[in-house]
Amino acid sequence: MAQQLTAKEPTAEQIAEQKIYSQFGVSDYEFELICGFLGRQPNYTEIGVFSVMWSEHCSYKNSKPILKKFPITGPRVLMGPGEGAGIVDIGDNQAVVFKIESHNHPSAVEPFQGAATGVGGIIRDIFSMGARPIALLNSLRFGRLENERVKYLFEHVVSGIAGYGNCIGIPTVAGEVMFDESYEGNPLVNAMCVGLIDHDKIQRGVAKGVGNPVFYVGPATGRDGIHGATFASVELSEESEENRTAVQVGDPFMEKLVMEATLELIDSGIVLGIQDMGAAGLTCSSAEMASKAGNGLELYLDEVPQRETGMTPYEMMLSESQERMLFVVEPQHEAQAKEIFERWGIICAKVGKVTDDGRLRLFHQGQEVADMPVKALVDECPVYDKPSKEPAYFSENAAVDTSAYEEVTDLTGALEKVLASPTVASKEWVYNQYDYMVRTSTAVQPGSDAAVVTIRGTRKALAMTTDCNGRYVYLDPEVGGRIAVAEAARNIVCSGAEPLAVTDNLNFGNPEKPEVFWQLEKSADGMSEACVILNTPVIGGNVSLYNENAKGAIYPTPVIGMVGLVHDIDHITTQGFKSEGDVIILVGETKAELGGSELQYVLQGGAAGRPPEIDLATEKKVLDAVLGAIQGGLVASAHDLSEGGIAVAVAESCISGRLGAEVALTSDLRADHLLFSESQSRILLSAKPENAAALQAKLSEQGVVHTQIGTVKGSSLTISVNGKAGIQAPVTQLEKVWKDAIPCLMSK
Amino acid sequence: MKATVYVTIKQNVLDPQGTAVQGALHTLGFSEVEKVRIGKYLELELDTTDRAEAEVRIKAMCEKLFANTVVEDFRFELEG
Amino acid sequence: MKFAVLVFPGSNCDIDCYKAVEDTIGQSVDYVWHTATDLSAYDAILVPGGFSYGDYLRCGAIAQFAAVMSEVQKAAEAGKFILGICNGFQILTEAGLLPGALIRNNGLKFRCHQAPLEVVNSSTAFTNQYSQGEIINIPIAHGEGNYYCDDATLAELKANDQIVFRYAGDTNPNGSVENIAGISNKAGNVVGMMPHPERAIDQLLGSEDGKRMFTSILNAWREQHGAAVNS
Repeated sequence: MAQQLTAKEPTAEQIAEQKIYSQFGVSDYEFELICGFLGRQPNYTEIGVFSVMWSEHCSYKNSKPILKKFPITGPRVLMGPGEGAGIVDIGDNQAVVFKIESHNHPSAVEPFQGAATGVGGIIRDIFSMGARPIALLNSLRFGRLENERVKYLFEHVVSGIAGYGNCIGIPTVAGEVMFDESYEGNPLVNAMCVGLIDHDKIQRGVAKGVGNPVFYVGPATGRDGIHGATFASVELSEESEENRTAVQVGDPFMEKLVMEATLELIDSGIVLGIQDMGAAGLTCSSAEMASKAGNGLELYLDEVPQRETGMTPYEMMLSESQERMLFVVEPQHEAQAKEIFERWGIICAKVGKVTDDGRLRLFHQGQEVADMPVKALVDECPVYDKPSKEPAYFSENAAVDTSAYEEVTDLTGALEKVLASPTVASKEWVYNQYDYMVRTSTAVQPGSDAAVVTIRGTRKALAMTTDCNGRYVYLDPEVGGRIAVAEAARNIVCSGAEPLAVTDNLNFGNPEKPEVFWQLEKSADGMSEACVILNTPVIGGNVSLYNENAKGAIYPTPVIGMVGLVHDIDHITTQGFKSEGDVIILVGETKAELGGSELQYVLQGGAAGRPPEIDLATEKKVLDAVLGAIQGGLVASAHDLSEGGIAVAVAESCISGRLGAEVALTSDLRADHLLFSESQSRILLSAKPENAAALQAKLSEQGVVHTQIGTVKGSSLTISVNGKAGIQAPVTQLEKVWKDAIPCLMSK
Repeated sequence: MKATVYVTIKQNVLDPQGTAVQGALHTLGFSEVEKVRIGKYLELELDTTDRAEAEVRIKAMCEKLFANTVVEDFRFELEG
Repeated sequence: MKFAVLVFPGSNCDIDCYKAVEDTIGQSVDYVWHTATDLSAYDAILVPGGFSYGDYLRCGAIAQFAAVMSEVQKAAEAGKFILGICNGFQILTEAGLLPGALIRNNGLKFRCHQAPLEVVNSSTAFTNQYSQGEIINIPIAHGEGNYYCDDATLAELKANDQIVFRYAGDTNPNGSVENIAGISNKAGNVVGMMPHPERAIDQLLGSEDGKRMFTSILNAWREQHGAAVNS
């Protein structure tokens, strides 16, 4: 029977009597269940293992009912949620592998390492599937950039991402950064990785074949990040700052070596199962691998490479030391596997064996120190259907009439204010710190709607983006959820690609609050509906709950990571205007929708009213028509209309193309509403004069509303409304405002 | 025996990190700070009792690896 | 002509360099592991960018002691063409094959973007397809590319025409002495540069101005070997 080894550790009796388990986030009810599964009280190691396996981070116990809502299958889906990452077929025996994951809490207390290890973790998820990582993206949220602490977090999160991605040699090609005080004290750091794989190389995290040896590779285990998974599943408090021991330190150089060696190992064809050690380290990887094979696993902890002396089984099992992997091969391939890792200078140790008893058994210094049913660890965590309640703010906000704001008459001034708002402003300050060109495949660099990465040896390319406007989701989670997916798809289409699938990162507050759970539920409904209609199944993702600080929950932020397929590199399209004389066409309808808009944020200082409406059938029609036009060679530039509406979209197309434009709009709407409304399903196109008629005919044919609004011309942007002067400014002036905003705030 | 090695940027070479930290100190009101130089600090455990030999070896390590003498200076201390 | 692309633990532009040789001049190219002890089969050696050994002590400091580096030394003495790019440049200065040192960017941040370069010396084996003073676009991506040398070394670099590239106009991105972006050794057969020519060989990816570095090397080799020049 399991025994206690260290005097320091409480005994099984003490754990039960003094309710020590509650410090690990295990409830009385859950503790009773655990005792039932074991047939006795758990010892310290066992309660540690159960607490991380049953944390929200590993078990999804609060979010499972939500995740069930998502469509997860489709003709191209080769692997859906459940493994390290989802996989989608792109033809010619190739597939794309991608996933997004959050590292919000670690980044709040130690931004550089928190962000860096977030990047490291998501890269391991991709190469442990057997895929070669080809691109990184990240979706970031911070408080107002005027705040000193926010500047500190922003600066160090960005350098943490840069430090890891640049060193390992995977380009960071896209992402988004938004600023709103709702994220103050609880920034969001979501990292996404995209990889390429041949169908026959796809791996799974399974401990196959009773009697087979289990290997540990990577750096030695230290006491890093113990209880990181449970840490991620509680609210941030003042003490979290003191909790820095829970933050791991990343070593991108080591990961580069582990990645190359692992891909070589997988290429050799001898791997039966492989999984990275992410949250909850050795515990989670061993239990999940055994569970997926329906087997058991024995681990001999004395064989685990250790960086520090005197480590206990509890510490080894819960350590989140980075850059480690677990894999299974047949005994006769042991030497071959070891030889590969030796050549790369990486420790490879045999630490266990696959068994047939369905139990996870741990041995240390000649004794059995833990013995737990695998099924109980992985599958039996109770799932909670949390109570849900419409928050009071919802109807209060919805009643706010955003059309009643005083009319803005200085429209050029308003445009400059919105362009200088850090959410809209150029993110060059950020992405110039990322090596976005390494691997020489980045055809569309950061700063356009979606990045495009070419696939060597083919005419194909992949478009990728992350999107979510938390303000819309806050104002109406269901509508906001739909918009997040639709906007991602629009970005993909604007780059010339067919949307393929989604990975989502659900960043929400404490789900034990019925109002937060309501947000979660409703936004998942909206996202699911959009994913179904736009044919983009959810192939994996991550849930990050308890994103709260003293002031309450963050804006609900279900970030959508989307990948699309460019069928031919000739279809690649960017947002910048291309040539003088090109015709500018606005696709879609504009309504007076200022709720949650950037103009509202800049002028009124918050989000109120209704978010823009979205009709998914219309969205689908717009996307299909525009993609068809792009593929037909009729489009010179394409840009999604999002924050800041028409005014910002036209300005950005001018700035990116280093060209001016003359635009004349006619409408019943007030000029400021027309220019800054964030109505959905709109795209700004430009076309060569000789293609303009064909383009418009094609759009009409497919029943898509569109208007010819102007011409690419000169070096100034002028927009008139109903014949009256509206916006007029040299493009260089707008560019300066847009580009200087973030560097200026950061150097203050 | 324990050796501690300090590697610093040469006085005549610009130290951008030091300059940035100096600027930050000034903003925080530590206006008396006239110069900041940032360097590296290394701790080594040596399996030897021969102090003279240790000095020669550490100096060689510094010149060969720890410092790039084009831009960096070094000094070290031996203990025990 | 036969190229070697060195691979150190942590190199990450090795594949890009390899592909660039294939795509621009279609010559034979091999990856050569840092443990290799014979480079005699190669006419040109590319030391690629990346973070060799994590660049943990100092960029290029540990790589200079890799077994292959004594072979690089020999190849340099034998007059073979050696090009160090980014981390490769840092390694070559650490190894003493090129004068000076690369220190942290004056802005303290990693910088990645297209950089306009002035071709200061178009008579080297690496630049003979450019015209003197031509401005070309080659991307940079580094955190420690601030070239430093003392006044005496600088005077010597100028006297011997060893400055190959400068950041054009007022675009110096990192604080390099006299806007230096790339230099050669005295003999001219070893060049180090922070910008990445291997990333500038396809207009689809932003620039193809780097192509001519590769055609220059081939051209120089053919001239050396009395073969017909047909680039």
